[in-house]
Amino acid sequence: MAFDSINEFFNMGGYGFYVWLSYGFTALLLVLLTINSKGKDKRIFKQINKRIKREEKLKQVAKRNASVKQNAQSDQKVV
Amino acid sequence: MWKWLHPYANPEVSYHFTGKLIPWFAIISAILLTVGLGMGLLYSPADYQQGNSVRIFYLHVPAAMLSMGLYLGMAIAGLTALVWQMKLAESSIAALAPVGATFTAIALLTGAAWGKPMWGAWWVWDARLTSELILLFLYFGVMALQNAFEDKALAGKAASILALVGVINLPIIHYSVEWWNTLHQGATVSKFEKPSMSIDMLRPFLLSLFGFAFLAGTLVCMRFRAEIIERNSMRPWVKALAKEHN
Repeated sequence: MAFDSINEFFNMGGYGFYVWLSYGFTALLLVLLTINSKGKDKRIFKQINKRIKREEKLKQVAKRNASVKQNAQSDQKVV
Repeated sequence: MWKWLHPYANPEVSYHFTGKLIPWFAIISAILLTVGLGMGLLYSPADYQQGNSVRIFYLHVPAAMLSMGLYLGMAIAGLTALVWQMKLAESSIAALAPVGATFTAIALLTGAAWGKPMWGAWWVWDARLTSELILLFLYFGVMALQNAFEDKALAGKAASILALVGVINLPIIHYSVEWWNTLHQGATVSKFEKPSMSIDMLRPFLLSLFGFAFLAGTLVCMRFRAEIIERNSMRPWVKALAKEHN
């Protein structure tokens, strides 16, 4: 062990501020990057699901429009 | 070898393969970093000149080495993407750039926090520091090009070219401490002779170097998988996976 007491450990022989600043920066940047990287695939899956839902809705609307048109045409034929 | 490598050129296979790697990389990284940095902070001796400020070394040098190593990997991926038109190589460039940029930023910030007590200045426009700052800008350039085009194929090509051209910066960074008069000290580890460092410092250093390397691997794999599904979002296998995440 290079230090005799916990105070000495935090003080780092007078360099405490610089040493803990370095460790703090490193931890902060790596934690932020990890959060961002870990959630990235989930965000993209969400986008894909949104697109699939939109496509399905458009398909349904198109189908309904087509059937309405067909009905209108058959009505005209009856008249 | 090609026979063995060939299936990994398939995005679906790579997606599942890297998914299996991630937990192992993460566990190995956590163990190595805990032991390495713990030893570096608690048990390694203080430097005879720099005192306890030398404990920044266990962050600064691994981060700097990885910043250059990841760039080299990105440039090789760029070459692969341009010459063999491999789509997965473009995905790996996009995955590597933010991780490399983060390690470059860590190298610069820890270097500043080490420079202030040792040199009396947070920053000097010295060859080593300036060339490492240029490395950060090269990473930013690759990331910006990657997002500058709606067409992913075009974006991948532009980013590959920049990644390749930027390789010229790597030997400049490495030899900057020899070619120019600089405040930055010379190499202690990455040279052909025996490292000029006590084994009590070398051991925690190597452990944290590999710890950070496995962490970089974990993060690159995570981003690589996200890139793959984004580029293959029309494929049935991706749509099926997306359904599971609903």
